[in-house]
Amino acid sequence: MQEEIKIEFKDTNFWYNSKQILVGINLKIYSNKITALIGPSGCGKSTLLRCINRMNDLIPISKIDGKLLYNNENIYEKDTDVIELRKEIGMVFQKPNPFPMSIFDNVAYGLRIQNMKDKNKIKQIVKESLEKADLWDEVKDRLNLSAFRLSGGQQQRLCIARSLAINPEVVLLDEPCSALDPLATAKIESLLRKLKNERTIIIVTHNMHQAKRISDYTCYLLNGKVIEYSGTAEMFDNPKNKLTKDYINGEFG
Amino acid sequence: MPNYRNIKEKLIELLLSTASITALLILIGIFVFLFITGIRTFTEISPTEFFLGNEWNPTAYGEPKWGILSLVIGTIIVTFGSLVIAIPLGIASAVYLSEIAKPKIRETIKPVIEMIAGIPSVVLGLIGILFLSPLIAKIFGLSSGLNAFTSSIIVGVMVLPTIISISEDVLTSLPNEFRESSLALGATKWQMIRMTLLPAALSGIVAAIMLGLGRAVGETMGVLMVAGNSRAMPISFFDPIRPMTANIAIEIKEVVKGSLHYEALFAIGLVLFVMTFVVNFISDIIIEKQVRKYKW
Ligand SMILES: Nc1ncnc2c1ncn2[C@@H]1O[C@H](COP(=O)(O)OP(=O)(O)OP(=O)(O)O)[C@@H](O)[C@H]1O
Ligand SMILES: [Mg+2]
Repeated sequence: MQEEIKIEFKDTNFWYNSKQILVGINLKIYSNKITALIGPSGCGKSTLLRCINRMNDLIPISKIDGKLLYNNENIYEKDTDVIELRKEIGMVFQKPNPFPMSIFDNVAYGLRIQNMKDKNKIKQIVKESLEKADLWDEVKDRLNLSAFRLSGGQQQRLCIARSLAINPEVVLLDEPCSALDPLATAKIESLLRKLKNERTIIIVTHNMHQAKRISDYTCYLLNGKVIEYSGTAEMFDNPKNKLTKDYINGEFG
Repeated sequence: MPNYRNIKEKLIELLLSTASITALLILIGIFVFLFITGIRTFTEISPTEFFLGNEWNPTAYGEPKWGILSLVIGTIIVTFGSLVIAIPLGIASAVYLSEIAKPKIRETIKPVIEMIAGIPSVVLGLIGILFLSPLIAKIFGLSSGLNAFTSSIIVGVMVLPTIISISEDVLTSLPNEFRESSLALGATKWQMIRMTLLPAALSGIVAAIMLGLGRAVGETMGVLMVAGNSRAMPISFFDPIRPMTANIAIEIKEVVKGSLHYEALFAIGLVLFVMTFVVNFISDIIIEKQVRKYKW
């Protein structure tokens, strides 16, 4: 079966000042799959992820060249609508970072940004999003509670619900479980597995087991270069590159 | 062997606590002095006349008048006017400095603003008398530009740095995650500021405004020089006024120590003290709350 390509890096290079962080990246991300990005600390995983929703634009010293296609269009053209792009490509960060507002307002935030006024519709979408994030049952009686009162795992699922509310096609997750315990992690993993039916998911993780458990494809990044990229089972059972083998074994061992 | 480090720490502790207790005692002392002197006024003047009478003329021959209402209103008008000027300007500048200005521009502007806070109020008063008030008189066709409007501008300039620098501190101290997650949801920069940052910083900004308010209420020299100092009840913003502070400063040098007039001025001081104390107290509570809110 031919996979549909959602995102494609074409000879993408990235610099902070004169320091090159990403080197000649060529990478195809497939629709409705979970792709894991692994690699040692500082190798450029977050940077690569943040190229996709152009969050790196916020850092004035950053520079990018090459192409990055999303739905077959280069998102680094002059006339790219970055705001629109970020509505379609959601992001969940390493540290749960809800806004200092109620649970409800957190999820409704993206809708209000888009000027949605219909209160019933907002309520409906907030409920659906919390359900998709497996959080609804835990918070349905206290939607007006400050989001800070939730546990770390709940906060992270709230952040996922918040990004799902505006119905993104792609969800980027940067080590979403690194601050969570195994139980909260398991919840998020099962939730991601469900989500991939409708969305494309890219997840950065330090946890080899996690990559193996949930992803369809895995990309091993080292010093800003793609060392190996293949189906997850293949990569873990039979890594082609010695560097990949060392890393995987080292991290597992 | 004696534990010298322990002794040293005990000594430092003692020194610090002595200093803070001294400060507290001085504060209490001032209050007690104000209170004892001021409260005597009410053995001869009824509180109703004092607080609600709108004529203040203690030296009138035969029938002196002791109503401070027009003075209180003078204070309220200047405070209100100065805040109307300083709040929007202050918040806008703080947002600009913290969210929009390039680091280089911020590093240049911040010290300049802090220098404004350091300008002696008498200098601002001079500028008010020599430049601002003739200008205002000309623009609005008034016979004199020494009035509530001019004083509001001068006091507004004085409280502006307080409002800017505290609001800016509060905004900059907000976690960067708020900005990133807002933008990642497709917010524009302006939406991020309006829907995330300002609400998150609200209580801190309110506290900044309260501190500015406290300063505006207590400001003396600047207003004394440009307010016109008429004791008549002000009706419009372009009327000369005499705020409570200015009134004390003007009259204290002419009164006989221990006289009723002398005591009444202390009573006005007492009212001022209570006003600023309440304002500062409330803003302290708000700041405290704001600081605790984001420890997560
Ligand atoms: N804002 C920045 N300015 C300058 N250099 C940066 C910036 N952010 C990251 N870097 C550098 O870019 C390189 C890649 O960083 P990146 O955050 O992408 O790594 P990472 O693979 O996500 O690491 P980790 O696993 O620790 O999160 C690092 O050397 C880092 O020091
Ligand atoms: Mg990272």
